[in-house]
Amino acid sequence: MDAVIENLPTYWRGFSMTLLLLGVSGVSALVLGTVIASMRISPVASLRGFATVYTELVRNTPLTLVLFFTAIILPYLGSRLDYSVAAMIGLSVYTSPFVAEALRSGINGVPVGQAEAARSVGLGFGQTVGLVVLPQAFRMTIPPLINVFIALTKNTSVAGGFFVFELFAAGRQLANANGDAVIAILLGVATLYLVITVPLGVIASQLERKWVVQR
Amino acid sequence: MSSSSVLFDAPGPKARRASLISSIVAGVLIIAGLGWIALTLAAPRESGGITLPGYFDPSRWDIFADPQVWSFIIFQGVWGTLSAALTASVLAIVLGVILSLLRSSEIAWIRIPVAIVLEFFRGMPVLLMMLFILLVFSTGSFWAVVSALTVYNGALIGEALRAGLAALPRGQREAGLSLGMRPLQSKMLVEFPQAFRQMLPIIVAQLVVLLKDTSLGYIVGYAELLRVNMNNLASFYGNRYLFSLFVVTLVLYLIMNLSLSWFARWLSRRTASRSSGKALPPDDATQAILVAQASAAAKQPPQF
Repeated sequence: MDAVIENLPTYWRGFSMTLLLLGVSGVSALVLGTVIASMRISPVASLRGFATVYTELVRNTPLTLVLFFTAIILPYLGSRLDYSVAAMIGLSVYTSPFVAEALRSGINGVPVGQAEAARSVGLGFGQTVGLVVLPQAFRMTIPPLINVFIALTKNTSVAGGFFVFELFAAGRQLANANGDAVIAILLGVATLYLVITVPLGVIASQLERKWVVQR
Repeated sequence: MSSSSVLFDAPGPKARRASLISSIVAGVLIIAGLGWIALTLAAPRESGGITLPGYFDPSRWDIFADPQVWSFIIFQGVWGTLSAALTASVLAIVLGVILSLLRSSEIAWIRIPVAIVLEFFRGMPVLLMMLFILLVFSTGSFWAVVSALTVYNGALIGEALRAGLAALPRGQREAGLSLGMRPLQSKMLVEFPQAFRQMLPIIVAQLVVLLKDTSLGYIVGYAELLRVNMNNLASFYGNRYLFSLFVVTLVLYLIMNLSLSWFARWLSRRTASRSSGKALPPDDATQAILVAQASAAAKQPPQF
């Protein structure tokens, strides 16, 4: 326990890096995922094909390989990115297809009857989408999106293996330095991860319960 | 909303032409972008006075003509990945079954601690668990990878099976009990087989995640595909081959993962088409939510 309290500044340094990774890659994955999702439902066939292939390939690539690419292969090819920036790029790319799938399944989850009803009372495209489909899709999208962010929080730990000093790397360093208190140190790290993931999970399941549409 | 055509009127000849033209333009742009990347990689590079060959130059790929390299990649790398994944899958399914039974137990002081432990394991990075097991139990890297993957994926599979059990119509259990079965018998003989079948696509999709996560072994020092190719082979043959070795590693991982994901998807379609005919009405509102969640979850693979 003493080892944990003595090393609180190191924990904090790691934790703030984890939060930074989570924030930056979360926002950019959201943007990238929205672009991919809209390409996937667009009427332009080649964009649709590109988005499908991208989703399928990125989703089946392990995150370790993505981060290996951004942290080791990119500098080898001549990039001069900072390791934390490289990790953010890798995490956003890896997370974007999951965001896109969450968005798409939300829109697909609205029954066709809803759009048909809106059309048959005379609403145009904008009104149908804006007033009928999207409000319902939104409710079904938020809980899965929160789950994607929970996964992202846990995935930031992989960046710790690729030269970024975040929570996992902090834990590894402290565990090496304090061989007699490994359990306490690593439980401290786990607690900090749980501080992010558990509340998010509670929010997701509560929203899901609150917003469930009885059909 | 499976067809977006409901949203607007059927496109006329003009709109169809516009869509075709923009499709061709976008396609050309995409191909041009990919071609630019390929050309940049293929071009020879100046570095400190020496000209390095491009990344598609034969001198960067010649090691792959050697069958010994391939046998090393297959028997060390691929086998390292697959053996860890197979061991962990079997153990994770066993653990998941046990956890789901404990989690849906009727005795509160079994159910609640198990729920808390499950929540704890689900909220933690697998990598941290691997490090913990490696340092605290000093098991060696293979068992650190396998047991961390077992615990994490076992917790997720257990949660899926529990949802499957909870989503069954209550009549199944009542029928079992009224035939004179003991609660455990009814659970094992009547409810569990149904829940397992319902949740099989989710379980297989979770195994895809498990297979992907074996690559985390790279960080804790387990000799799986990435480590074998990028550390052992790259240091033996030299940095010249770093890019080509990475491409080969990526392709091998994609082959393994894509085939397993396609199997998962095929399984989920098969289950969906079989069970669609005989869907039973759920008993009450909370159960309706569970059924909806379970069937929605069965349609899409989980992601982490």
